[in-house]
Amino acid sequence: MNDEQRRKERLDRGLKVRADSLYALMSWRELGYLTLPRFVLIAGILVMPFLMPSMYWQRVISVACIYAILAMSFDLLAHYVGLVSLGGAFFIGTGGYIAAVLNTSLGIPPLVCIPIAAIAGGVICTILLLPCLPLRGVYFAIVTLMYPLALGRVIEALDILGGTDGILGVESFPNRWVEQYFVIAMVLLFLFGLRRLVNVDLGLVLRAVKDNDQAVKASGMSIAFFKALAVFIASGMGCLAGACIVHIYMWSGISLFALDFSILPIAATVIGGGGTLVGPVLGCFILVPISELLREFGTLRIVAYSVILMAFVVFRSEGIMNYGQRKYHQFERWVKV
Amino acid sequence: MSRETILRVEDVSKTFGGILALNRLSFDVGRGEVLGIIGPNGSGKTTVVNCITGFVKMSSGKVFFKGKDISGKPPHKIADMGVTRTFQVMRPYYSLPAYKNLVIPLFSPRARRTGGWRGGGKLGDRNTVGIDILEEIGFERDSFVPYKMASTLPTGYLKRLELARCLALQPEVILCDEVFSGLSMSEIASMVPLIERIQMDGITVVMIEHRLRELFRVANRIVVLNFGEKLMEGVPEEVMSDERVREAYFGSEEVEEVMTYA
Repeated sequence: MNDEQRRKERLDRGLKVRADSLYALMSWRELGYLTLPRFVLIAGILVMPFLMPSMYWQRVISVACIYAILAMSFDLLAHYVGLVSLGGAFFIGTGGYIAAVLNTSLGIPPLVCIPIAAIAGGVICTILLLPCLPLRGVYFAIVTLMYPLALGRVIEALDILGGTDGILGVESFPNRWVEQYFVIAMVLLFLFGLRRLVNVDLGLVLRAVKDNDQAVKASGMSIAFFKALAVFIASGMGCLAGACIVHIYMWSGISLFALDFSILPIAATVIGGGGTLVGPVLGCFILVPISELLREFGTLRIVAYSVILMAFVVFRSEGIMNYGQRKYHQFERWVKV
Repeated sequence: MSRETILRVEDVSKTFGGILALNRLSFDVGRGEVLGIIGPNGSGKTTVVNCITGFVKMSSGKVFFKGKDISGKPPHKIADMGVTRTFQVMRPYYSLPAYKNLVIPLFSPRARRTGGWRGGGKLGDRNTVGIDILEEIGFERDSFVPYKMASTLPTGYLKRLELARCLALQPEVILCDEVFSGLSMSEIASMVPLIERIQMDGITVVMIEHRLRELFRVANRIVVLNFGEKLMEGVPEEVMSDERVREAYFGSEEVEEVMTYA
């Protein structure tokens, strides 16, 4: 006879007391419990280039890192500010072309070019997106998707900035280790920087804009300013990623405005877990290598992509990190009812 | 009426399409008083608050705050000057704990300039000040309620949180849009002293209410609206005994109850 009812009980672990941001550390063990995941992540990313079998795969890691920066910027805008942006390609293209022009016509070295392109590109993208900031949800998404499509065609039609040939002869990084560790350092910098940002007072205001913009207005703050600030941070990150790509491929062309840069970060965020910032990074490190492995199947890899994405949306819509964090921070046990 | 006028509403009209929501409405609010605005459903009470605080652009007319024309300014500028509001449908930041909800107003330019609630923002970190405000407004500190996610709080606490958000700015005028609605009798009973304490702090309160009995206890003066026009204004006793007000509210049990009770 097994008719007794059971249900699953979830308990927070002891050290997650009172608030999400407040921890009571009582021992080395608890300290390790908190720092271990962070340590594994940092160490994992840092040793990854050494574990790769060939230069080809090291390049894949670099590309994954670039997508990771882009995906984090998407996650910041979508899950912390409430702006769903499909403008990844817009940011990449703007940053890429700025870096390429600075490098080829002014001879500025790559490691100086990249930060300049990030800031200048961030300013340009923010100014261009300024009229769309009052839009929300799918409307903002549509407008941000129009920009890369339009800019690519403008370059093609007016035959400026190298036209369809693109800008050739962009200087590469000094060597492949600099390239590799520069992008890795950027991923870690932005990952921990953004995690910090969303928990300080300024970040709380950004999250408040997502939750309830009317109440932010009633608190005497201009939501347009905070949205513009968030867009500046996100587009600056995207432009930095674009500048890195240009220096890695030593070429800048219209394909920088390709929709891959808008779509893949979203797929990575869905798989990795939105709103965690680390989730999108993880998602990129899963999706980009898979995409490389499937390269020999040609366009069929898009099918594989779609299947993975659909499976996640249907069966684990919260994403890997949200699921993992819950399992890590909570006990589960069966109790009799 | 010897009070200095802090807020003056002058000939304000508002049309939504062809509907006249407010028709040349004028009234004054004296510094430090509690003004009640009452009226049947659809009489334009919330529209008045929206027009004063800039959330809705008025069709014509002017609003003066301390003699300065604030009509047509964006809501955040008006809030920055010290005219804040609560929302009838509560608008907390659901994904944040209650005390973090108050970090946002404490971070605003006004709060950083003036120090926010009782100047506390200049002393310590905003989290502590947020918890202090919540304690003052009836969140029991020891019960961990201030640390709970806003999405898990019941209506009574959310209404208080709305008020707390206004108080955090150290405003000069608070416009309360139905803070009593949806609360139980005992919850309202504990809110009334809160309003009185806010008034004692020197803050002017404009209250839109349907709960007339409780409103008449705290309000110094009442403005009655009907179909977007001012029906009458006066002290609660005058309003209660006025024939036109009875007529406007005809059929409303609440008023019948209050009127007979009075």
